[in-house]
Amino acid sequence: MLHSILVTGLVNGAIYALLALGFSLVFGVARIVNIAYAGLYMLASYAVYLLLQVVGLPAPLAVALAVAAVVVLGLAVYRVVIEPVREHESAVLISTIALTLVFQELVLAAFGGHFLGNPVWVDGITSVLGVTVTHQQVLSLLVSAAALGLLWLLLTRTRLGVAIRATANDREVANLMGMNVRRVEMWSAALSAALAGLAGAVVAPLTVIDPLMWQGPLVNILAIVVVGGLGSLRGSLLAAFLIGYVEAATVFLLPGGSYLKGAVALTIMVAVLLLRPEGLFGVAFEEER
Amino acid sequence: MIARRLRRAGRFLRGEVLVLPSRVLVLLFCVGLLALPLFTRDPYVLRVVILSSLYAIFAASWDLVSGYSGQVSLGQALYFGAGAYGSALLHHHLGWSPALTIPAGALLATGVGAVAGIPCLRLRGSYLSLATLAFPLILTGALFALPELSGGELGLSGLQPLVRSRLGFYYVAVIVMLVAVFTMWLIGDSNTGLLLHAIREDEVAARASGIDTPRYRLLAFALAGLFGGVAGGLYAHFVRVAGPSTLEVALSFQAVIWGVFGGVATIYGPVVGVFLLYPLTELLALVPWLGEHRLLIFALVVLLVLRFMPQGVVHWARDRMERECLRCKSRSVATRRACRVCGADLR
Repeated sequence: MLHSILVTGLVNGAIYALLALGFSLVFGVARIVNIAYAGLYMLASYAVYLLLQVVGLPAPLAVALAVAAVVVLGLAVYRVVIEPVREHESAVLISTIALTLVFQELVLAAFGGHFLGNPVWVDGITSVLGVTVTHQQVLSLLVSAAALGLLWLLLTRTRLGVAIRATANDREVANLMGMNVRRVEMWSAALSAALAGLAGAVVAPLTVIDPLMWQGPLVNILAIVVVGGLGSLRGSLLAAFLIGYVEAATVFLLPGGSYLKGAVALTIMVAVLLLRPEGLFGVAFEEER
Repeated sequence: MIARRLRRAGRFLRGEVLVLPSRVLVLLFCVGLLALPLFTRDPYVLRVVILSSLYAIFAASWDLVSGYSGQVSLGQALYFGAGAYGSALLHHHLGWSPALTIPAGALLATGVGAVAGIPCLRLRGSYLSLATLAFPLILTGALFALPELSGGELGLSGLQPLVRSRLGFYYVAVIVMLVAVFTMWLIGDSNTGLLLHAIREDEVAARASGIDTPRYRLLAFALAGLFGGVAGGLYAHFVRVAGPSTLEVALSFQAVIWGVFGGVATIYGPVVGVFLLYPLTELLALVPWLGEHRLLIFALVVLLVLRFMPQGVVHWARDRMERECLRCKSRSVATRRACRVCGADLR
């Protein structure tokens, strides 16, 4: 039991971490709550399905193409939908919700509303600590971990990474220091779309996909970024694993736990907010109070 | 006596209502809704208007907390669901009549609103929005975990309707809607509304001016709960089911979409949003090919409208029909050259 919780929590946590980091990145840099982000995740899963099952490409190529397509789409969304209305916070929120509904309906029209199974990329199972783990779970975990590692290097070791973190810290000062804030925003939008795409791609072979699959993760992402502190990347990473484990523990330990897993994650969120309103690692922004 | 009252009413109508196109539209809207059954008694049309009225109360209650006090709620379905489930549970388990359970459910939703508002007092901006998103989902989880009480995923069905005939329910819904929306508009226009505006614009400054801001923020939540609960209770006793769909994220998002589409911090904006968008989606459902894609069309309409009028339809339309006097801030028809109140040049 304990081991199942450990393994499931780890795999879920890694995928949540990918999703939450991408979301935090855009919120931190551009102060935009982009709901369409969850739609990109759903589209990536369908793109992988299309390329693997219908076109018949090998798995690595399919994933790479799917992520690239999602990045292009994510940038287009940023330029065409978000930027023109970004002065109006609520308009951004609603535009991105509406856009996600557009994605959902387009996928529904193209693929139908039924659940679609994806083939696994690698077959076989191993036993770790007495828990049966499919090789696919291991592979998904490794891909997520590699992506997280690369992102960490990018953010800490490159000029772009420093610019992104500086812009997230203080937009005006970053601008005064000669950083092209708008370009940094575009880069973080692209990065975040890539993370959403990758998360969608590694989730696809683990579960069944359907046009409404964005709703569950969306709620979890929001809980994670709030628990971790909006815009804090380190906080999002830790909170992703926290929520991943709590969810796994609820499902395995409580009767009727699969109904309650969302509720428990969100109760944690409310509890954290009560004790520490800016999240575990959040900084209270002066002007936003 | 009566003649004098009538004359005064007539003067008010001519002097205050007929001079502004927006007020004429409000009058036409109220009269049109009340007179509609004279022209058609088609149950489908009545159903669409009834649901639009209930959703209008719901969307306006969202505006009261989100537009006025600036606490953008993404979990407005909490109040709708609390009202629906509250009255359904009392009706189902205790056998109370709907006329009692709907007010009781609304009171319950008021309490729920206040309780949900307490943790939100510590939060601002995006954090607050995301926290409110959580509450209906937590309640849904709790209801699913108690299937004997709540009926689980199917909800409580077979509830007794409030009024047996559809026409009767039509009048109940429309009149409750008009009264509730007018009350909310009065609250928004009162001192309390002004304080809520102040809290939205700058809470620290409001507190520095001696306003007990937590009290007013909580009041906004409780009022949103009250009106959302009325809408939810009426809804449960109209469709005769109280199910988890009354707590869905999608319903909360609908409230936000209606509100922002119509125009926030106006109360009548969300009502306009509902009465434009809800019948539109229902109309689309009747057309064979479009019906399958109505959610897509709905989303595209919302996207396009926001792209070109990010302030919402109401503000956009009002700015085209009327002009505000620079000197006395009262509004006049856009065709006038001089302000109707103080005579200042409008050009």
